[in-house]
Amino acid sequence: MPEQNQGVWNTQRNRPDIRLGFDELNYIIKIIKEVADFDFSHYAASSFQRRVYRVLEIYPFKSVQELVNRLRTDAQFTAEFIEEVTVNTTELFRDPEFWQEIRDSVLPSLAQHRNIHIWHAGCSTGEEVYSMAITLAEAGLLDRVKITATDINETVIKTAARGHYPERLFKLYDNNYRIFGGKKELSDYYKIENGSIRMNPELLANVKFRHFNLVGGEVFSKFDLVLCRNVMIYFDKVLQDQVSKLFYSSLFKYGFLAVGSKESLIWCSVSHKFKTISNDNKIYQARV
Amino acid sequence: MISRPTPYKAIVIGGSAGSFPVITKVLSSLKTPYRIPLILCLHRLKHVRSGFVEALSIKSNIKVVEPFDKQTIKPGFAYLAPANYHLSIELGNHFSLSTEEMVSYSRPSIDITFESCGFAYKQKLLGVILSGANKDGAHGIRKVKAYGGTTLVQDPMESKVATMPTAAIESHKPNHIYSSQKIIDFLNLINR
Ligand SMILES: C[S@@+](CC[C@H](N)C(=O)[O-])C[C@H]1O[C@@H](n2cnc3c(N)ncnc32)[C@H](O)[C@@H]1O
Repeated sequence: MPEQNQGVWNTQRNRPDIRLGFDELNYIIKIIKEVADFDFSHYAASSFQRRVYRVLEIYPFKSVQELVNRLRTDAQFTAEFIEEVTVNTTELFRDPEFWQEIRDSVLPSLAQHRNIHIWHAGCSTGEEVYSMAITLAEAGLLDRVKITATDINETVIKTAARGHYPERLFKLYDNNYRIFGGKKELSDYYKIENGSIRMNPELLANVKFRHFNLVGGEVFSKFDLVLCRNVMIYFDKVLQDQVSKLFYSSLFKYGFLAVGSKESLIWCSVSHKFKTISNDNKIYQARV
Repeated sequence: MISRPTPYKAIVIGGSAGSFPVITKVLSSLKTPYRIPLILCLHRLKHVRSGFVEALSIKSNIKVVEPFDKQTIKPGFAYLAPANYHLSIELGNHFSLSTEEMVSYSRPSIDITFESCGFAYKQKLLGVILSGANKDGAHGIRKVKAYGGTTLVQDPMESKVATMPTAAIESHKPNHIYSSQKIIDFLNLINR
């Protein structure tokens, strides 16, 4: 996809000629389901609408029908469309207080197991996985862990596995790591080459990346800790409920679930099966 | 002074630099029970996660909260867009959060919140732009009016920083341009 300037991406203003009401959106959703077997029907409508507008800004389609025709005939485009419509923003040590809580309240409990199994659901470009690996390394647990990191977007998974990030992001990341209070310097975990930050590949020694769709997804393994942060905000309540059930079923006894700092499990049907470890940091533990 | 009030389902307020004293004054001057939910989208420092709700709460007559994703919108509350998230409204009267790209270098973006409120509430929405140092909100408030809502802009002459209200007035013809005292009177008048 052509590059967009990060700061000045606009909503509908650049395509006032195209109407994207519920009829048009539902039409697009129906076509994507047909051609790519991907179901956006339980995604949050507000952000879905904006994301489709964004595609309409990047590509000079004259109408919804033109977009739909392309979706029908060009599988490569459809794959790109799905990736473009989903949101990938992430950071190393995003919400530093969250990582402090993982370090101080969750890892000591996981440390009692011989093997630790962690699932990052919706890992995007991998920053969350590296944050976890660094936190585990500093707790001396990295060699006892098996991490599975999944996403629907193959492109971000490749980026995650490579671990190269633009240098300009690292001021923010360094700052996050400092607030987190890591034992070293963040720069101890990467080297700089050709203007890009290259994460130390050893951090990924026990990490497996794979494609996994949370929509309709079924239990594929059991984990001590599942992280799914800032993914369910793009889903409606129905889908949030389904996905949180999947997480509950994917946890071992007393396993932990972490969601984004502004997400809540309270209206999900499994909410009573969890005890709150940290309300501020949205960490829950499965009751038995 | 003011034409017959319409039944508003929500009031959305945007502002940045210089809007804080106005918002505090509004919140401390609302007559309770205040029946229309307030949705506040105010720029602030990235990564300052807490403290803002507390600061706004001190003198407020209604409860100020940062909504969670998919939280239901209720009267008697002022909902503040959380730092680093865009805040939108879904049909079914609840919020939805997102970490999409910044818009006009802002997250939360006033344009996003306003446009989404406009789409959801149509003519049952009042949109208010206050003092601010950039042009975020100018597009959003135009959309609010285009969807049939009522728009109100703080008088640039009275605003601490006039850029945002001026841009809002340039982008569309607001229904009202008021001083902060008149904004407060108006908000109390429509609370029927
Ligand atoms: C905003 S990122 C969150 C990244 C990271 N967890 C964090 O909090 O920093 C959301 C990710 O969810 C992924 N995603 C969206 N829908 C999905 C689905 N149905 N199944 C799996 N992943 C999905 C997107 O591809 C994207 O990479």
